Amino acid sequence: MTSGSPSLTVSRLAYAYPDGTQALYGVDLTIERGERVALLGPNGAGKTTLVMHLNGILTAGHGTVEVAGLAVRADTLREIRRRVGLVFQDPDDQLFMPTVREDVAFGPANLGLRGAELDRRVHDALERVGMLDAIDRPPHHLSFGQRRRVAVATVLAMEPEILVLDEPSSNLDPASRRELAEILKSLDVTVLMVTHDLPYALELCERSLIMSEGVIAADGPTHALLADERLLAAHRLELPYGFAVPAQPG
Amino acid sequence: MSAGHHHPIYRPADTPVHRLPPQCKLAAVVAFAVFVVATPRERVWAFALDALLLAAVAVAARVPAGAIVRRMVIEVPFVLFAVAIPLIGTGERIQVLGLSLSAPGLWAAWNILAKATLGVVASILLAATTEPRMMLLGAERLRLPRLLVQIATFMLRYLDVILDQMRRMRIARESRGFVARDLRQAPVLAKSAGALFIRSYERGERVHLAMLSRGYTGEMPTIRDISATGRDWAVAGMLPCLAAVTALLAWSTT
Ligand SMILES: Nc1ncnc2c1ncn2[C@@H]1O[C@H](COP(=O)(O)OP(=O)(O)OP(=O)(O)O)[C@@H](O)[C@H]1O
Ligand SMILES: [Mg+2]
Repeated sequence: MTSGSPSLTVSRLAYAYPDGTQALYGVDLTIERGERVALLGPNGAGKTTLVMHLNGILTAGHGTVEVAGLAVRADTLREIRRRVGLVFQDPDDQLFMPTVREDVAFGPANLGLRGAELDRRVHDALERVGMLDAIDRPPHHLSFGQRRRVAVATVLAMEPEILVLDEPSSNLDPASRRELAEILKSLDVTVLMVTHDLPYALELCERSLIMSEGVIAADGPTHALLADERLLAAHRLELPYGFAVPAQPG
Repeated sequence: MSAGHHHPIYRPADTPVHRLPPQCKLAAVVAFAVFVVATPRERVWAFALDALLLAAVAVAARVPAGAIVRRMVIEVPFVLFAVAIPLIGTGERIQVLGLSLSAPGLWAAWNILAKATLGVVASILLAATTEPRMMLLGAERLRLPRLLVQIATFMLRYLDVILDQMRRMRIARESRGFVARDLRQAPVLAKSAGALFIRSYERGERVHLAMLSRGYTGEMPTIRDISATGRDWAVAGMLPCLAAVTALLAWSTT
């Protein structure tokens, strides 16, 4: 249908919160199908605000958002929310049903799936994040890392065009962090990942965007951006102590 | 993070009672309670029969008497109320152990105690054999207002999260030297309660956004199929039917 269009196009997007705080000052970005892109930037840069526009939770004050060629508007919200899978930072916000199975089924069931097709979606999604064993457990019995993985499954089950994750590696122990990275690498969907974890961005995403004070301040290969100390310092970004960007992107 | 989840009242087991669809059990308990209430209080034997019916269910569900008795503390307020009635009641008075008690008051007390006890025990048996989650699905099946069922579903899901938040706030208070010794500390606790409310409220907002993101339009999709067969209804119906027969017999004998 719209396979020629990029997964995501944002142009001149501006937004002010109802209390008057201007959070976005004109954001432009394009993400092609199949790309994995990191969205970096200091606290308060507007990353979460931008993410909330991608599936119409917030509506643009100015400018447009298009997902695979379809503009985000009140009358397209249903289709937009099918195409954009948002993984929230706190899995307890995302997992609200009494069992993992029901939680993963919630999205596709809202899309009208029932019966065998619904079961297949739930199984596939849980299998892809390695959580099929937990299918009948209540989410609050799972560890934090497991809950984060189930949260990813809840949106994968909707077979989204683009997966958007807000700080996926936060609060994960090193092993869970690595497991999640492997899952994300194994998926063949477009990924936009908000993160403060620069080595994680380098590992997972070839391309990065730096957001600062409500605009995209830099856009390029992650490797090149992270090697540019002046650029990082200008936007309050810092590599962890002892971390050096490898000479050649690997 | 969350401190383990348990519903101690539910006793997992695989018995015919456990296997019944929740909506059948719910309807059976409500109908049973209605027939018990409709039984005239003077027919003491009728209540004994009803108690026997419940005992039979308890045996079939393998719920030990001890577990039922422990859950019956919920009835204590009724008991206190019932004890007061013969003391303050009017009408013909009789002497018991040197106390002057009102005869109609005694009957009223018996009426409350017997009927409340039967209702409470039936509910305990329901809760002991039905997971809270299934109970809500059953309620939805019985066309209880969806909104109420949804609210209860969320309470069930977030109870642990909120309890955990409460526990963390208490630890934070105490690690900064707070000890709840007497009433003077009440303002601190009240403020914590307020903060807890706001945190829970904000959580609710975020959950709502997460639901919207996955296509929620105001109605929960029904995913689990818990349909009941005619046989299920017949089995569950035995309890209220026998209670109805008992009530009829009680009315027709004098
Ligand atoms: N609900 C709100 N009402 C008013 N202003 C808000 C609201 N949420 C965020 N803001 C403001 O909008 C700006 C951008 O916030 P946003 O949450 O998008 O930042 P962020 O890049 O996600 O930061 P972080 O890295 O800390 O998550 C900030 O100045 C913030 O104070
Ligand atoms: Mg944020």
